[in-house]
Amino acid sequence: MLKDEDRIFTNLYGWFDWGLDGARKRGDWSTTKQILSQTPEEVVELVKASGLRGRGGAGFPTGLKWSFMPKVVGDRPHYLIVNADESEPGTCKDREIMRNDPHKLVEGCLIAGYSMRACAAYIYIRGEFYNESRNLQAAIDQAYDAGLIGKNACGTGYDFDIFLHRGAGAYICGEETALLESLEGKKGQPRLKPPFPAAVGLYGCPSTVNNVESIAVVPEILRRGPEWFAGLGRERNVGTKLFCISGHVNNPCNVEEEMGIPLRELIDKHAGGVIGGWDNLLAVIPGGSSVRCIPKSICDDILMDFDSLMAVKSGLGTAAVIVMNKQTDIVKAIARLSYFYKHESCGQCTPCREGTGWMWRVMERLVTGEAEYEEIDALEQVTKQIEGHTICALGDAAAWPIQGLLTHFRGEVEDRIKEHKASLSTLQAAE
Amino acid sequence: MSGHAFAENQPDSFAFTPENEAKADALIAKYPAGRQASAVIPLLDLAQRQHDNWLPRVAIEAVAKKLDMAPIRVLEVVTFYTMFNLKPVGKYFLQACTTTPCWLRGSDEMMKCIKDKLGLDNHGASEDGMFSLLEVECLGGCVNAPILQVNDDFYEDMDYDATAELLEALKQGKPPPVGSMKGRNMSESSAGATSLTSLRETEAAYVPRPPKPAVEAPVDAPRDGGDS
Amino acid sequence: MPKLTVDGVEVEVPQGSTVLQACEAAGAEIPRFCYHERLSIAGNCRMCLVEVKPGPPKPQASCALPAADNQEVFTDSEMVKKARHGVMEFLLINHPLDCPICDQGGECDLQDQAMGYGHHSSRYTENKRAVEDKHMGPLIQTIMTRCIHCTRCVRFSTEVAGVTEMGLLGRGETAEITTYLEKALASELSGNVIDLCPVGALTSKPYAFVSRPWELKKTETIDVMDAVGSNIRVDARGSEVLRVLPRLHDDVNEEWISDKTRFSCDGLKRQRLDRPYLRRDGKLVSVSWPEAFAAVAEQMQALPGEAMAAIAGDLCDAESMFALKQLMTSVGSTNIDCRQDGAKLDASARAGYLFNASIAGIEDADAILLVGTNPRWEAPVLNARIRKRWLEGGLTVAMVGTPADLTYKVETLGAGAQTLREIADGSHGFAEVLKAAKKPMMILGMGALTREDGAAVLAIARSIAEDCGMIQEAGEGSDAWNGFSVLHTAASRVAGLDMGFVPGAQGKDVAGIVAGANSGEIKFVYLLGADEIDMSGLGKAFVVYQGHHGDAGAHRADVVLPGAAYTEKDGIYVNTEGRTQLALQASFPPGEAREDWKILRALSEAVGKTLAYDSAAALRTALVAAHGSFGAIDQVESAPWAAFGTAGETSDAPFGQAIENFYMTDPISRCSAVMAECTETFVTAKAERTGTEG
Repeated sequence: MLKDEDRIFTNLYGWFDWGLDGARKRGDWSTTKQILSQTPEEVVELVKASGLRGRGGAGFPTGLKWSFMPKVVGDRPHYLIVNADESEPGTCKDREIMRNDPHKLVEGCLIAGYSMRACAAYIYIRGEFYNESRNLQAAIDQAYDAGLIGKNACGTGYDFDIFLHRGAGAYICGEETALLESLEGKKGQPRLKPPFPAAVGLYGCPSTVNNVESIAVVPEILRRGPEWFAGLGRERNVGTKLFCISGHVNNPCNVEEEMGIPLRELIDKHAGGVIGGWDNLLAVIPGGSSVRCIPKSICDDILMDFDSLMAVKSGLGTAAVIVMNKQTDIVKAIARLSYFYKHESCGQCTPCREGTGWMWRVMERLVTGEAEYEEIDALEQVTKQIEGHTICALGDAAAWPIQGLLTHFRGEVEDRIKEHKASLSTLQAAE
Repeated sequence: MSGHAFAENQPDSFAFTPENEAKADALIAKYPAGRQASAVIPLLDLAQRQHDNWLPRVAIEAVAKKLDMAPIRVLEVVTFYTMFNLKPVGKYFLQACTTTPCWLRGSDEMMKCIKDKLGLDNHGASEDGMFSLLEVECLGGCVNAPILQVNDDFYEDMDYDATAELLEALKQGKPPPVGSMKGRNMSESSAGATSLTSLRETEAAYVPRPPKPAVEAPVDAPRDGGDS
Repeated sequence: MPKLTVDGVEVEVPQGSTVLQACEAAGAEIPRFCYHERLSIAGNCRMCLVEVKPGPPKPQASCALPAADNQEVFTDSEMVKKARHGVMEFLLINHPLDCPICDQGGECDLQDQAMGYGHHSSRYTENKRAVEDKHMGPLIQTIMTRCIHCTRCVRFSTEVAGVTEMGLLGRGETAEITTYLEKALASELSGNVIDLCPVGALTSKPYAFVSRPWELKKTETIDVMDAVGSNIRVDARGSEVLRVLPRLHDDVNEEWISDKTRFSCDGLKRQRLDRPYLRRDGKLVSVSWPEAFAAVAEQMQALPGEAMAAIAGDLCDAESMFALKQLMTSVGSTNIDCRQDGAKLDASARAGYLFNASIAGIEDADAILLVGTNPRWEAPVLNARIRKRWLEGGLTVAMVGTPADLTYKVETLGAGAQTLREIADGSHGFAEVLKAAKKPMMILGMGALTREDGAAVLAIARSIAEDCGMIQEAGEGSDAWNGFSVLHTAASRVAGLDMGFVPGAQGKDVAGIVAGANSGEIKFVYLLGADEIDMSGLGKAFVVYQGHHGDAGAHRADVVLPGAAYTEKDGIYVNTEGRTQLALQASFPPGEAREDWKILRALSEAVGKTLAYDSAAALRTALVAAHGSFGAIDQVESAPWAAFGTAGETSDAPFGQAIENFYMTDPISRCSAVMAECTETFVTAKAERTGTEG
């Protein structure tokens, strides 16, 4: 288990003052000026060396992403965009950072912005996080007042602004190009890539979009040195990670743990175990609703990191662990996710707009068993017709939960149909 | 929101209050010159807060004019994002999360209680204008599921009884403190934190959970845009 | 110039091309719905997916992917086939199977492509989506359940038409196309969304349930509703013109046409002159052709040439004007004019009345001065070209005249000739803008020329063109440029000027003819489709009206000779830029009406001055022999710069509007019920609204 001294988010539970004074006591802003005395390239190299991979779901190496930004500022300014549109079902970690440790994010913005020669950061926070946005804005204001950001940030001569932008209810705005569209005042419909944001991002300017957690861990990594971070976890899957454990556990909670912690240990040590005991476990969605679920047999010894979960055709995603015990109607649990994706599809491209509704309707019938056996295969084909054919990853995200269900719980689905058919024939016989 | 029709009873005019006009200008100033359209969501939010938590047609047109946008572009935004209401909502606008993590933790019970106590189904509104109900998608508080959002505030760890208690308190006009209805602190384990405990002793600045603001309906006190 | 292979075929495409364009260059057909060459790329239909190596292991939208060196593109691989079938299935699950009652049937992209990529039956057993239809005005019928959300209409109206009124509301499967508050789409180009819609969601309201495409005879011809000479296709069933569609011509109308061009064809069926008439006892009575000719010949033979006059109208074909001119010459009259609006155009210098920059040349201009013109109403398609250029950036547009919303930013410099003088003498700042521009341009409209001082205005305009660098000789590395551009409103005008259908020696112009008729000096007036002059001023003159509609001219006439409308005859038209184009007959004139040149030929015989041609070909040969430019079909010959205009006093009055109501400008559109409805919706209602609000 991760030692407390290796934990970055020391105010995760809001025990302490989230304001600037409290943050300073916890070490925030302590060596910022020193960090910024390095060249932007040096900062990027350190982040690369730390092995940090993006915490928003895709796990793309953060330092490498930053290095895609142009090395000099031309006639277009550079922007850092922080994705605080936390909306992936199961995920509620950035919320804690923003309301309990906002200065980690503010300081991270300054350092990340500096490394990519950005003039400003826009933090796009989901609109429903109203109270969280007040804390974060207050932290930003405190940082301005203390000269930590704004003109001559931290006395370094670097000018850097941070603006908070509230969304208004759209999961798709967590997709980076949809977020940019939304930030520009449009519907959150993802853009075609290429061009990528590093070339053409916000207002057509070079931009990098990072998750809240990815940015918030950077100051601590640079203070302690990349080796410290890289020394936790295992190769390519290093550092610490905020895990959100929800669903059928005795004590749902958020916790910062070492990357690669066994799933069972995570659930047992921090969440009080599965309701009804480990043997009562049915399945886990280990990385937010978009990844394929894994049955208990895999859960028994899986490690919670990018590569381990990828190897079992699931994913670490946002490290949001949704636990389902044997009392769960897993078909219904997945059907509810299908409804979610149908509801959140932006409607722009054909496979997602039409396919998410189709899948949901079939899933609803599978819940009751009112379907034909061949519809299972048809449904699986539909998921494949969506996957990889859409503008953004929402199509994939809508397809994978169903694929996970059909891979691991096909028998359950077939049984429903069988039962339903049996009840029909009983009815007929009765007539 | 889907269902793109405007409310039947529309006011004749809308104008930002002088205070909100100044706020709108401050919001616009966050974005580079010529990019004022970026402020469309913040301004719509401001207008909605000023107007009993829903957007009449004239408010949409006022925002369009303020931002030099075509009204259809603003309406596209209004209908795309779920937080904009084209029709009036209750003084206490209940937004119940029923997505899988909340459902696994018993959001059905929460919905049942709302039905029992207020007679409301999804999209329903009480006749006295006190309550309206909307089922929403994941609110991003899944380890505190189920969540019932009341106007701007999240009430967490809901079950049937907690929902009943909350609704009763709202009826009395005495909203309970925001957060867990079970007295749990934030997102730490309800059995006590399993991490960071060693810091609790050493951190001199330890302050117990700060008191939270109680929920207010926007009718009574328009909130600021979260940007002050 | 990226070099890549498509299905093994190597192609080299221009830098900036997309993979889709590369595929087309290689001869591989790529199905598409949302992609359109003249609109921004949306990439939303996903029909154009192809497999590209190197790249991710999933198909790519070829419409949005830049072509790059060494790409290997596969348009027929298993991956691609699966992708296309998948997308097609998704498109069809919520699309109604109402092809039998859909007006798009038979010319529907979705129907066509479903043949190639669709399944023979549907696996979708859920209820299909139903979407409420939207009101979009008198021209566009909506059946929104059919919509496949390609957003072509939204992009067209926003980008090309320049009216931000359409949008996609909502999201996901409940997303719906609409106009703001379901208002009529207020654009003179709105009908183009019907062509752009790849399904039957947006169809033509006037054409609703009228016909099937395979019942129609399709004739490729030229439009006469303005002087642009849009290339059109006229679809007729029997003798009835049922609809007008655009044809592609990159240098003229690209692939757009105005709503008047498209929708005024119902006017061809109303108030037609289908028999010759003779006025007896104050009443027009139906007579035979010989009787009518005899009545006209009697007058023409009795009168001296100087007592006779002829005026050609705005829709005339070149052949009939040429025949009329020859007939008038043969009886000794020089009182002929084709400028019924009184424009002080100078026929002696061709460069003085052409749109010299050419329509496509607008795309090269970097500064445009509009003088006395509202191109949005006078030539909507040409106006769209200005907007297209403006959207690219780096174009300054200013105007002298009546301010109007032209769909791009225009600085109003002043209202009349005084401002023009200031630009000419350099005292107005805009002269510097023009001088600093690489390709400055002036668009001179009839609002500035159809006035007493028109010739003086023309002279000032010429001096601005000369002094502000609009006339550029070809030099090393640069082509010649002539930015002086006259925007005509009459389809017949340039042909008339080219053949000298203007007063000869001691001849009278339109104003002179009318005054002469009023005073009794002119005793015979021949109106060839001329309806726009002040008929009450013609006094006691004997008036012959040859034309197709019972409009002002026919009402005043003593003899009516029923002619053919533009869809009912072959004919040459020369557009505002001097482009000679050939119109073809799509249907037959009604009743006893005849093609116009034939009427004149027959009349000439009755008069005893038989014209020297008895076939259309012979007439055309004579026309070309007299004026060579008529022989160069679809060519624009650049006109040498010369002196034109007459220096003189100018009035302080602001430049007027050449067109008061876009929808009704000629006998055909005035008879169109559809155009009347448009007038009510877009002109009258708007005027009333402004009136009460103002």
